[in-house]
Amino acid sequence: MKINNLFVWLKQKPRIAFFMCLPLILMVACLIIYPFFYSIFLATLNKAETKFVGLANFLFLFKRETFWLVVQQSIFFALVAVFFKALIGFIAAHSINELPSKGQRKWRGMLLIPWVIPPALSTLGWWWLFEPTYSALNWLLEKLSVDAIPWLSETFWARFSIILVNIWVGAPFFLIMYLAALKSIPEDLYEAASIDGANYWQKLFFITLPMMKNIISITILFSIIVTFANFDIVRVLTRGGPIDTTHLFATYAFRVGIESGDIPLGAAVSLFMFPVLAVLSFIILRNVRKRTNEV
Amino acid sequence: MKFLSYRNSINSNRKWALFAAYGCLIFFVIFFLFPPYYMLITSLKTNKEIAELSTNPWLIKQGLTLEHYKYLFTETPFLIFFKNTIIVTISVVIISMVISVLAAYSLSRLRFWGSGVLATGIFLTYLVPDTLLFIPLFKIVGWLGLLNSYWVLVLVYPTLSVPFCTWLMIGYFSSIPKEIDEAALIDGANHMQMLLKVFIPVAMPGLIAATIFAFTVSWAGFLYPLAFIYSETEMVLTVGTVTTLIKGDVFHWGGLMAGALLAAAPPVIVYAFLMDYYIAGLTSGATKG
Repeated sequence: MKINNLFVWLKQKPRIAFFMCLPLILMVACLIIYPFFYSIFLATLNKAETKFVGLANFLFLFKRETFWLVVQQSIFFALVAVFFKALIGFIAAHSINELPSKGQRKWRGMLLIPWVIPPALSTLGWWWLFEPTYSALNWLLEKLSVDAIPWLSETFWARFSIILVNIWVGAPFFLIMYLAALKSIPEDLYEAASIDGANYWQKLFFITLPMMKNIISITILFSIIVTFANFDIVRVLTRGGPIDTTHLFATYAFRVGIESGDIPLGAAVSLFMFPVLAVLSFIILRNVRKRTNEV
Repeated sequence: MKFLSYRNSINSNRKWALFAAYGCLIFFVIFFLFPPYYMLITSLKTNKEIAELSTNPWLIKQGLTLEHYKYLFTETPFLIFFKNTIIVTISVVIISMVISVLAAYSLSRLRFWGSGVLATGIFLTYLVPDTLLFIPLFKIVGWLGLLNSYWVLVLVYPTLSVPFCTWLMIGYFSSIPKEIDEAALIDGANHMQMLLKVFIPVAMPGLIAATIFAFTVSWAGFLYPLAFIYSETEMVLTVGTVTTLIKGDVFHWGGLMAGALLAAAPPVIVYAFLMDYYIAGLTSGATKG
């Protein structure tokens, strides 16, 4: 009788609904929310994790020159890389959209390959291209009578190379998002504009871009998060070198927290990403909601 | 007459646009494909030719060889990495799909206290990158005794895949007309039957897209295995290829490139066949709203 009652209780709609969500809720609570707060707690301990030191880890970082380099480099890296990814993605999507429709799939497929290969592995290929003695890129430059470039051993070029590889990996994502958005613009808008005598650039600035505004901003914001939090490319190409000038928050946190064994300090480093991520997420959420309401 | 010249100018404009489009695309294809091309070329060259500095590195002149692939299978734990990756990926895909399909059904059709907040919360967790939480997770999986075992990845990867899969499935489930569930309910179906017999078959394209996403997250993951696993026997392909094949003073460039290509092959093959589903899923939020 009792068990029967239990079934009746369980069968009520809101309860079933809740139980179906329970695995998800548990996962998010135990492996996302709890680690986040635990990370804040960890960041207030000393290196041996035996003593509460308050904000000492954060203050320590503020006094380190390397930390400020990481801050600068992360911001610079994210903004420059995302700008070029967005630009290349847009041009490529636009070009594909110009083609006769039966050829589009083939070109799209080829241009998506960098995005399909796991980044850690494709970066390995780039690493080999940048290799100082055998660099196949430098071989090409030599043929063009340009001096060999120290791709990964000089700060400027190391930063350049990391951004280049990031653009290479990330541009296809923009391509996909833009292409889908371009296809959703009604064709008759362009026809009407042509009849009114609008030229290519007018159509681009007064139809295409305004129609894609929301998608462009969501994709860019999302990409800033992913790029800002990037780890794989820097780790494989430079490990933060030369002399810590290419570290991002993630690789620096890894170096400090996992490799040097100072877990509290590492936790403090990665927590510095949080305010940036939180603000961007908030804006994305607002944009997504706005878009959902529009449709 | 005037109309004719207008038609002509459209045609010549179109021609120029097409010309410019092909120009850009050819440039991008070269930029996007030369690194994998060079990896393939390197993996097929003899060691002697790789070490040669005078010849054109972009071509194979001294004959093809499969020695690097053979080296990979016989002298390195590459096959162990492959096996571990397959076990991890299959487990992660199954866990992710079960969690996210159940939750998405509940959030798109049933209501309970807090379900709206939960749906928003899931979207926000999708934006949490792995690099934010790997240090506390390092401690947590240490307590659980999972450090240095590939099962740790089965535990932590769903945190990266489930939020997006759930979000995607909510979208697909919500687009199923409500009349269908009413009809099924009148026929006496319970929620499980409805989910398995109606929702999943109808939302199959979404399910495929979500599966590919979970597969990709799990196959390409790099930070978690790098932080949590250090024995060669427990490593997965990404970390195994990057760390163990580089060891020593002499780089086995050929073997390294062969390893990277083979490790990248499964996702490339999956995408080649299922690209359209995946893109439709990924961009459904973009175009449908």
